[in-house]
Amino acid sequence: MTAMLSLDRVGVRYGNVAALNDVRLRVDRGDFVALVGANGSGKTTLLQALHGLVAHTGARTVAPQAAAQVMVFQRPFMLRLSVWNNLRLALWLASVPAGERAARASEALQRAGLSELRDRQARSLSGGQQQRLALARAWATRPAVLFLDEPTANLDPSAKKEIEAMLARFKDDGMTLVMSTHNLGQAKRLATRVVYLDHGHIRADLPTTRFFGEHLDARADLFLKGELTWDME
Amino acid sequence: MEFSAPWKITKYERCPLSAFAESFRTAVTLVLDADPVLWRTVRLSLAVSLSACVIAAGFGLAGGAWLAVARFPGRRVLLAVLNTLLALPSVVVGLVVYLLLSRSGPLGAWGILFTPSAMVIAQTILVLPVIAALARQLVHDSLRDGGDQLRSMGASPFTAAALMLLHERWAVATIMLTAFGRAVSEVGAVMIVGGNIDGVTRVITTTIALETSKGDLPLALALGIVLLALVGLINAGIGIAQRAQGGNLAIAR
Repeated sequence: MTAMLSLDRVGVRYGNVAALNDVRLRVDRGDFVALVGANGSGKTTLLQALHGLVAHTGARTVAPQAAAQVMVFQRPFMLRLSVWNNLRLALWLASVPAGERAARASEALQRAGLSELRDRQARSLSGGQQQRLALARAWATRPAVLFLDEPTANLDPSAKKEIEAMLARFKDDGMTLVMSTHNLGQAKRLATRVVYLDHGHIRADLPTTRFFGEHLDARADLFLKGELTWDME
Repeated sequence: MEFSAPWKITKYERCPLSAFAESFRTAVTLVLDADPVLWRTVRLSLAVSLSACVIAAGFGLAGGAWLAVARFPGRRVLLAVLNTLLALPSVVVGLVVYLLLSRSGPLGAWGILFTPSAMVIAQTILVLPVIAALARQLVHDSLRDGGDQLRSMGASPFTAAALMLLHERWAVATIMLTAFGRAVSEVGAVMIVGGNIDGVTRVITTTIALETSKGDLPLALALGIVLLALVGLINAGIGIAQRAQGGNLAIAR
């Protein structure tokens, strides 16, 4: 397998709080990695460290073919512009040639089922529609690696289903994805690998079938059973 | 300068409320009669203050956006200086610009002292810190919300900051209105570098100062009302445009 990204002994601190400790992680081409763990376990920080959005100690290596990366946040940020202009702007930022932008934006809207909303103000869309637009915006730039920070949190079941369907298509296209999630069912349905984080440490990094089928360490077991309570964290 | 509309002074000295009522009537009369001297004064005021705001916006918005993302030694000191300059006294600006532009000053060769150009320079210096400081704060706060997303999509720090100015364009309009209000209402700087020359550098505020010193309170108040109405009109225009966009959003929902 070709390594797209790797972290070696990476640590991140926010003041006196260590958000990540001595993390080693490798993401290969075509992986769909789900980061799971309790609140505050370091999932978002690990995504940010992989993406290069946060200062860290240790080494981060990015393969040349993984240079194009985009992150979709839990609450997608849309500029106060139309749906269409938000897409065009993302393509401009990704240095897509001007002649290709309109075609790519149209294709992305079609893929997300938002073609009819292209002239609407992006911020006036519903939460689910904004998340689909965020995914379409990311996909339009053809990233080699897509990071997703709890992309279906706060969405209703039907919106969650639509987002999952889009992510499954991205996976089928061969895109490399790294997603943090609280939804273990979602990790089981979509991911090829599951990484379990606890207090900034990686406690398990296994193929999905093994993660959900094997006996893990005691805390990971409790987390899977939903019995890791706050006083034990 | 002589205005064509007649008025009397002495009867208002004992009754300020009558003075206000008469001033308002005078203001309306001057406006309705399209008094040429009044409009020349208003035009010059608008031309000077708008020019200063446009020039200051070019430097102030870009500078403010840059300061929101730039990291360099002495940045905190620069920000403290910038925030201090928010309270820059207009007479001090007038004095400094006067010294620079006077014949013996370093820019004396330009020969623009006591011209509208000198007034534009003075007001530009006056409003530049206002625009830069408020733009910096606006961009800084907006980047907390969407900065990571823009960086993730490939925006450089300065591009992300510039995009935030576009994103917050109505707040930028409010900043510009604040700057215009500061420029059009100041009297110290334009009095010193313009010289309040009738028909050349006399603007609304210097006329008000002059007429008040002559005891012609109704005219001074009338011009004050015209000045206030001008700023109110611009503010209303921005408000209507803002509501129009809000209305579209509401319909879209």
